[in-house]
Amino acid sequence: MADTRSPIIFPHRHLLGIEALAAPDILHLLDMAEEAVALSRQVEKKRSILRGRTQINLFFENSTRTQASFEIAGKRLGADVMNMSVANSSVKKGETLIDTAVTLNAMRPDIIIVRHQESGAVDLLARKVDCSVVNAGDGSHEHPTQALLDALTIRRNKGRIEGLTVAICGDVAHSRVARSNMLLLAKLGARVRVVAPSTLLPAGIDRLGVEVHRNMRDGLRDADIVMMLRLQLERMSGAFVPSLREYARFYGLDEEKLAYAKPDALVMHPGPMNRGVEIDTAVADGPRSLITEQVEMGVAVRMAVLEALAQHLPN
Amino acid sequence: MTNRPLALLNARLIDPAAGTETRGGLLIMNGVIADLGGAVTRDSVPAEAEIIDCAGDMVAPGLIDMRAFVGEPGAEHRETMASASAAAAAGGVTTMVAMPDTHPVVDDPAVVDFIKRRARDTARVRVLPSAAITKGLHGKEIAEIGLLLESGAVAFTDGLHSIRNAQVMRRAMTYGRDFDALIMHFAQDEDLAGSGVMNAGEFATRLGLGGIPVEAETIALDRDLRLVNMIKGRYHASLVSAAPSLEIIARAKDAGLKVTCATSINHLTLNENDIGAYRSFFKLSPPLRQETDRIAMVEALASGLIDVIVSDHNPQDVETKRLPFGEAAPGAIGLETILSAGLRLVHAGQVNLPRLLHALSTRPAEILGLPQGRLQKGAPADVIRFDPEEPYVLDPALLHSRSRNTPFDGARMEGKVKLTVVAGEVVWG
Repeated sequence: MADTRSPIIFPHRHLLGIEALAAPDILHLLDMAEEAVALSRQVEKKRSILRGRTQINLFFENSTRTQASFEIAGKRLGADVMNMSVANSSVKKGETLIDTAVTLNAMRPDIIIVRHQESGAVDLLARKVDCSVVNAGDGSHEHPTQALLDALTIRRNKGRIEGLTVAICGDVAHSRVARSNMLLLAKLGARVRVVAPSTLLPAGIDRLGVEVHRNMRDGLRDADIVMMLRLQLERMSGAFVPSLREYARFYGLDEEKLAYAKPDALVMHPGPMNRGVEIDTAVADGPRSLITEQVEMGVAVRMAVLEALAQHLPN
Repeated sequence: MTNRPLALLNARLIDPAAGTETRGGLLIMNGVIADLGGAVTRDSVPAEAEIIDCAGDMVAPGLIDMRAFVGEPGAEHRETMASASAAAAAGGVTTMVAMPDTHPVVDDPAVVDFIKRRARDTARVRVLPSAAITKGLHGKEIAEIGLLLESGAVAFTDGLHSIRNAQVMRRAMTYGRDFDALIMHFAQDEDLAGSGVMNAGEFATRLGLGGIPVEAETIALDRDLRLVNMIKGRYHASLVSAAPSLEIIARAKDAGLKVTCATSINHLTLNENDIGAYRSFFKLSPPLRQETDRIAMVEALASGLIDVIVSDHNPQDVETKRLPFGEAAPGAIGLETILSAGLRLVHAGQVNLPRLLHALSTRPAEILGLPQGRLQKGAPADVIRFDPEEPYVLDPALLHSRSRNTPFDGARMEGKVKLTVVAGEVVWG
């Protein structure tokens, strides 16, 4: 990949969030990811950019999909990938995050991929290690590779991001996917809307440069992209919304609500889906769904991120 | 108590009780202020007196801190009576009210007695125990208010905890009134605060952190003051943080209720933006609020609506602080920096020096019924000397507390305590 492209150097050692990225950084990563898509569709998928490098996937929260995606991305680039199962580690026995970071650092990894249930935890860990760190999701804060893969998916289907109207619907309050997407899409010039019942909108959302809507009809009107968010099951029964069926009735995406959007509007979901809750099966599996393509783009974007960060690794 | 007289000469004597500043000296004999004023000079003091030339520095009453978490008994690895009092002495605090959030909780006369004895044997400054309002700080059953008072508790508070049940609060106030007990309550609706870890709003949303709305404070405070109106006991709001709380306090004071309130030095000098990139040393309870709230706090301090400034000293160690923000314990140490930080407001022209010192000494003494807090003949010789201009950069390694969780790590400060005297004895400087 790298040999054919202009020698732009990605100006960050870590990828902790979209917030720190400028638009050219984002576009550069998307361009690199396009090449990774092509590579991944070949029979011979293996590259050697990360040969000899050690990548640790450190997941404090269970995630089959994201962890698998990072693992495949690392392996396609030639890295030795180690998945650290936190459930069986000393972290569960009370070791602090910083002690874990220092311990792992001593094993001299080159890249650590971290997911943690607390906002800011990945940032904290990154300060304590010498290697590159990729945020695979921290609390309700950021999930930058998800926003990048969403952007890549949109760009491949719509040809652009600038000027599009993107409606992000559902549990915005607790969603790191929503935060990273709001930041990224705004940086690339999209019009971003959030659509949710007020109990699932965080305080001060109106000051984040997005349009705020409380019903799907207004929120989806003339939208080019409808991005659904996962509703955590524990938030469904009475705490934030009265019931699952009420949520599905007013905020679940079905054909009827999708009709409010543009005729050529496309549907996205970061997965895993609650079918029949935030998204109807007919829509999820329908012709306007990009959900499976998002998964493919996930591997490509993560390969691009790893390659970009590899530019900073010592030889 | 030393028998040798001590003379602080060539000073600017600030008496916040009278609101005066006088050039002169101060003579201490037998633990009390024997004489003060322009007539106290090298020639007037007894020949055997130890003489300190203050070179024009300020001399003022020692500070009285109504909210300090000590750690002894139960968390001596974070702070002991000895280390907390060393920090207090270096910060000019001559009396501190110790919070009951210890292990065991101060809800039994024997624990009050233990604290008094430990303080007598190991502390450099005066330590006054407060006791729990409810047994075990559980907010369910009233503690033995009468017996605790008899054993020496100066006030009643559930410390970091807020009493959720209005009926329990009502009974505690009603029973406490018969003993003229001072109820000091941290007003926060625990349900509204929920799992929040910082001030609710745009900044919390950007950081992806759960928010504690201002209403968690105002609703609980309003409830308390309606109960005070019903019961007419003595009530002190331990720590208010939000601008709308001040209106509630003002209304209660205007109605003639025996209500006072404090804010912390942190809420007067910092705001939520200081949290920056998840800096857990700025995680406090109540949380740091917006700049508009901070400004309202400073104005209320200047006007006297806020009676008292507390350090809210709460030592936390690596295991409780060097964690992701959401998991870290709230609290900051503050005994040693309370005056330096408070002087920021004076240097900024927002509060005058006598007013600042009034809220740090005279007013707490009045509320607690102590003879300290004034420069007066016959008053206990708890005094400090400080240079309000001396600049320094705060190095946490030089602090006396066993814990290092100061939000002023590396901050530029102006104004330093050079001498602290408790009952006529030099404990710092």
